[in-house]
Amino acid sequence: MDILIVGGGKTVYFLCRTFLSKGHKVTLINRDLDECTWLARRLKAIVVYGDGSDPQILEEAGAYTANAVLAVTPNDQDNLVICQLANLRFRVPRTLALVNDPDNEEVFKQLGITAAFSTTRVLASLIEQRAGFEDITNLIPAAEGKVNITEIELKETSPIIGKPLRDIALPENSLVASILRNGQPIVPRGATVLQAGDRIIVTTLPENHGQVLRMITGDTE
Amino acid sequence: MSPGQRLYIIIVGCGRLGSYLANRLSRDGHSVVVIDIDESAFDALSAEYSGFRVEGDATEFAVLEQAKTDEADLVIATTREDNINLMVAQIAKKLFHVPRVMARVFEPKREEIYRDFGIEAVCPTSISGDIFLRWIEGSSAMDGKGS
Repeated sequence: MDILIVGGGKTVYFLCRTFLSKGHKVTLINRDLDECTWLARRLKAIVVYGDGSDPQILEEAGAYTANAVLAVTPNDQDNLVICQLANLRFRVPRTLALVNDPDNEEVFKQLGITAAFSTTRVLASLIEQRAGFEDITNLIPAAEGKVNITEIELKETSPIIGKPLRDIALPENSLVASILRNGQPIVPRGATVLQAGDRIIVTTLPENHGQVLRMITGDTE
Repeated sequence: MSPGQRLYIIIVGCGRLGSYLANRLSRDGHSVVVIDIDESAFDALSAEYSGFRVEGDATEFAVLEQAKTDEADLVIATTREDNINLMVAQIAKKLFHVPRVMARVFEPKREEIYRDFGIEAVCPTSISGDIFLRWIEGSSAMDGKGS
């Protein structure tokens, strides 16, 4: 894939390194000359010095042939304009914008940027969902955050052990998708009885996530 | 707009252009709100200015809400950054449904593209460029008479 990244800082450097190691072609646009030199010395990427929201710079950086554009500058207004130009002017099939103000995630969607993500919101929800549940080791938001996949180790104190799954009234739109028992995966059925020490994988929605976790862990906090 | 009609106008950016517009429109009897991220920018408002001042970043949705953008008849984005003006203009138009929205855009190429997207943009660079060009053509035509 031919990826065009606009922005700077450590995130861009590591992002770029990850893409390069996977065999993608990367072009970077950065508006700081010293940073451009630094990046060009360390990365096998084409580095273009300039303002990424300038149509001419985008064109010079190969926007017409890019498969994806990532706008990850610290300014929301720049990320918006970069993605809009890439999308509408250069017909780049995929554009992704970093949003600094979490409210702008919705704003960007309304303005036609389908892939806008706010690191603030992602981090905040991870912390909120994780706090207090130490036996939860893994949490993956899927389908753009509409579904959560969580791995939980069942303690002796869990109110759902010792009962067949069909007798456990989990909230609607939640599911125990699989069980890891002594390293062996089990796809549960209604008759399956959960035991302490089982690691279960649960799918939830953001609205019922907290409720489901409290039911499983018995934590009422 | 018909003469004498009192409009609710939001001006984003209180620099030379923003304060000029705010002072004039307020004097003409319109209800004006100026937004600027820097409080000291409001010093450019004249003693006659009777509108409101909102200190904040207009690319933050909450700031535009605070300025009651949903009730505005007109939003003019005049900050020195093209991208802020373009973003604010689009939010005002598409999310707050403001009937008339204008953005100042210095970069002529950007102005051209956004005009195609339906954003009313004013480009000081191409406006003054055209005036200079006309003046040059005018004076060379005069010179041409002699040769």
